[in-house]
Amino acid sequence: MTTPAIAADTRPWRDADAPPFISIRNITKKFGDATAVDDVSLDIYRGELFCLLGGSGCGKSTLLRMLAGFETPTKGQILIDGQDMATVSADKRPTNMMFQSYALFPHMSVERNVAYGLLREGMSKAEARARALEMLQMVNLEAFARRKPHQLSGGQRQRVALARALVKKPKLLLLDEPLGALDKKLREKTQFELIRIQESLGVTFIVVTHDQDEAMTLATRIGVMSDGVIQQVGEPREIYETPTSRFVADFIGSVNMFEGTVGPAAPDLMRVETADLGAVAVPPVSGLTQGQTVYLALRPERITLTRSAPEGRNDVVRGLVLDMGYVGHLSTYRVRLENGRMITVTQSNRLRDEDPISWDEHIYASWNPAAVRVLTQ
Amino acid sequence: MNLRGYFLPVVATLGFVFLYAPIVSLVVFSFNESRLVTVWGGFSTRWYGELLRDGQMLSAAWVSLKVATLSATLATVIGTLAAFTLTRFARFRGKLLLTGMVTAPLVMPEVITGLSLLLLFVTMENMLGWPAGRGLTTVVIAHATFCAAYVTVIAQSRLRDMDESLEEAARDLGAGPVRVFFDITLPVITPALISGWLLAFTLSLDDLVVASFVSGPGASTLPMVIFSKVRLGVSPDVNALATIIIVIVAIAVTIAGLLLRRQHKKY
Amino acid sequence: MSAPDAVPSASHAPLYRRLFLIAVVALALALRFDLLTLEAQTAGTLTLILWTTALALIALEASDALGISRRWLVIALPMLWLFVFFLVPFLVLGRISIAESMIARPPYSPLWERGSDGSLEIIASLDNYRFLLSDALYRNAYLSSFRVAAISTIFALLIGYPLAYYIARAPEPRRSILLLLVILPFWTSFLLRVYAWIGFLRRDGVINNILTWAGVIDEPLVMMQTDLAVYIGIVYTYLPFMILPLYANLVKLDGALLEAAGDLGASPMVTFLTITLPLSLPGIVAGSMLVFIPAIGEYVIPALLGGPDTLMIGRVLWDEFFASRDWPVASAVAIVMLVLVVLPIMWLQSVQNREVPK
Repeated sequence: MTTPAIAADTRPWRDADAPPFISIRNITKKFGDATAVDDVSLDIYRGELFCLLGGSGCGKSTLLRMLAGFETPTKGQILIDGQDMATVSADKRPTNMMFQSYALFPHMSVERNVAYGLLREGMSKAEARARALEMLQMVNLEAFARRKPHQLSGGQRQRVALARALVKKPKLLLLDEPLGALDKKLREKTQFELIRIQESLGVTFIVVTHDQDEAMTLATRIGVMSDGVIQQVGEPREIYETPTSRFVADFIGSVNMFEGTVGPAAPDLMRVETADLGAVAVPPVSGLTQGQTVYLALRPERITLTRSAPEGRNDVVRGLVLDMGYVGHLSTYRVRLENGRMITVTQSNRLRDEDPISWDEHIYASWNPAAVRVLTQ
Repeated sequence: MNLRGYFLPVVATLGFVFLYAPIVSLVVFSFNESRLVTVWGGFSTRWYGELLRDGQMLSAAWVSLKVATLSATLATVIGTLAAFTLTRFARFRGKLLLTGMVTAPLVMPEVITGLSLLLLFVTMENMLGWPAGRGLTTVVIAHATFCAAYVTVIAQSRLRDMDESLEEAARDLGAGPVRVFFDITLPVITPALISGWLLAFTLSLDDLVVASFVSGPGASTLPMVIFSKVRLGVSPDVNALATIIIVIVAIAVTIAGLLLRRQHKKY
Repeated sequence: MSAPDAVPSASHAPLYRRLFLIAVVALALALRFDLLTLEAQTAGTLTLILWTTALALIALEASDALGISRRWLVIALPMLWLFVFFLVPFLVLGRISIAESMIARPPYSPLWERGSDGSLEIIASLDNYRFLLSDALYRNAYLSSFRVAAISTIFALLIGYPLAYYIARAPEPRRSILLLLVILPFWTSFLLRVYAWIGFLRRDGVINNILTWAGVIDEPLVMMQTDLAVYIGIVYTYLPFMILPLYANLVKLDGALLEAAGDLGASPMVTFLTITLPLSLPGIVAGSMLVFIPAIGEYVIPALLGGPDTLMIGRVLWDEFFASRDWPVASAVAIVMLVLVVLPIMWLQSVQNREVPK
């Protein structure tokens, strides 16, 4: 059977036999007594745009700096394209980095900044200059080649930093919060710019970010980190729809979480007894035993609010709207259930509803059993 | 971070040896029995005794302390006002002149400062009858003038760093300009003024050249006396004096360090 | 810090002020008419301070009465003080540099003289300057001052840079201690630190003793009263002034820049030459100025450590004044020094200051 060459099939991580491009094997990094990265193993494939997502101090930057060669792992091994990096110093690695602060050399013009890495390879000045200008063209900055970094706007500096990191055609580009210093509008625009450049050059990117929207937009896959450990690795959709832990479910987007115990086994549908929602039907999950404590994650947008009881639905609870926020494309409701538990619900404003649900209304909240995600940890 | 290996630590160690070896030998030989400063003749404190009996040295030390205290205080007042003027007042006639006059003493060779001030005092005496002769007063004026420049620099940088909205807040709450200066500005810049005063005090205590020009009979400062002694060769009681000064400085620095640490904790 | 409670509120200020003014004037008068027994010198200085304060307070009263902005009072005190005691002296210096030396008190000719017929005769000549030009001694002294100051500055830079670099890169508790160790010698007497080197460099000094004991030399080295001793003295004295601005610059150097250079393939040495060194240029310039400027007018170090043939302009001026008692020639030497050395340096600094705020 031949497979058509569609984007969905350029996903080597779905193929168990595909050789990884970067292998991180049991990497641990300690600073004194503090463990920044704790026994992390990760495979990244050629051409990926991999995002390491996590809060500050979760170890994502340390991991990136170990790939660049600025930090030495306490334990473990890093292979890039099959080559062990243990004895390769930062200036000899086939990686380049785009720094969070951009780290543009303030005493050099934009052009000289970009040409700097080429000159270190021993390239002639004329050629390095030509290549630098070419690269600047790619980021639409050829007109600014003679300026000094302090004469550029934040967005322009960001592009110079990108050009400088890419000009040596590294096998792997490491980006530390590449869009962190830009304002919201520019950030959204630049995200797609980054994807365009990455796809046209075919360079493997590893991006460190704390911004989940950024990670969701950019990444082929996301690695969610906390406390020096990678909690889950997966495509953006997997991470959002099928989180494997309460931490990931809570970290990506918002979620309503309910604790419950597994009820008696049934052929198609399992039931979980909860204090807040009563008995809830959930999609069957293997490996659960009766009486086991589980957590139910229910995304706010998967809940529907109606004024009258929805027909043919078993998964319904009653509640009172306490608060409502209008955000334009959607509205967020804070609903108090009858036992006092608060839940969050978002409703899309796709139709110009003349009479939307509002404060102090008694409503019914319902959901599809398939929307409930059962988590054991 | 990158001149790795032994180069930097070795050079740094040699640098500190260079800085401290002469000072250490100064202290060691102050306890030498022998008059020969560089040949060890056994432990003795006799030079400290001789130093304490040296009336000329003691009175010069007293003169120096008086000069340093007075001129540092005067310099702090002048320097603070100059710094305040330069940082807080928008353009005014003569601002450029004032800027020049507070920065020029920093680059002026001491011999020129000393000579020109002496000539001024002589001329003034001839024309106005004041100052009558030269002595403590003229040294204080001379020291205050060049020390004021240093105080200005320190106070100026503190005033520039200071959050001006503090002063604006006080104005907003109803304080007049003078009141704001004493209630807000002065307390905030006090640490800078203290270090400015200490710097001026040290510079005054240290100065030989300017004092030699503008001083008169009976107002010889300590450096002047030391210089005339040292010119004739090494003498162990100078070593003893140096040791005493080093001990005083070490104690003062320790106290200042402790005070600073307490200050930090307070905020 | 709490506000000082002693500060009178605005409404009470005039009363407090007047009482204070009366007290100050009373004290000053008491001193004037010897009602207080104080040492003459102290009394003179105290009088100066009291009258200055009194004048300031009277000016304050007057400005309030006349409704002039107090701003001008704040400006006036430093302005007047520096004008009288800093600017005017240079005019006097210039005026005496064109006078003739004579045996009198003071030892120079007056600016004008009444002729026998009552006519006013101005005595001024450029003879002193002509004398400076004609005598090779002065020219050599200026040149050699430049040379000594420049060489000392270079050595101070060569020693100071690695030290500053080392301190700036040291981890925190150690960094503060090292910095303190650099500053500490500055607080002890400059004269005594130069004196310490006499004990080191003499024929029977510490260095010769150690080298002889170790068998490195048979004959003691001659180090005192040489140019080498002057270089050592200047470098030793002014090393902290080189290290501090360099340190202040290097400690601010963004580590990410060095990492970025390394990431782009620069070896540590290349990173130093292409990033660290150019970025620390302002620190190098500032430190070099702080060493060069005092070195060029230095008197004490060549007088104590140098030989009789170590010509430096500060020393020539000193000898002209104290030994030859030729005040006009000394003034001319000072004026030339001012024009050749001080003005260029001030110009250079103002150019630099204009460049800094980007």
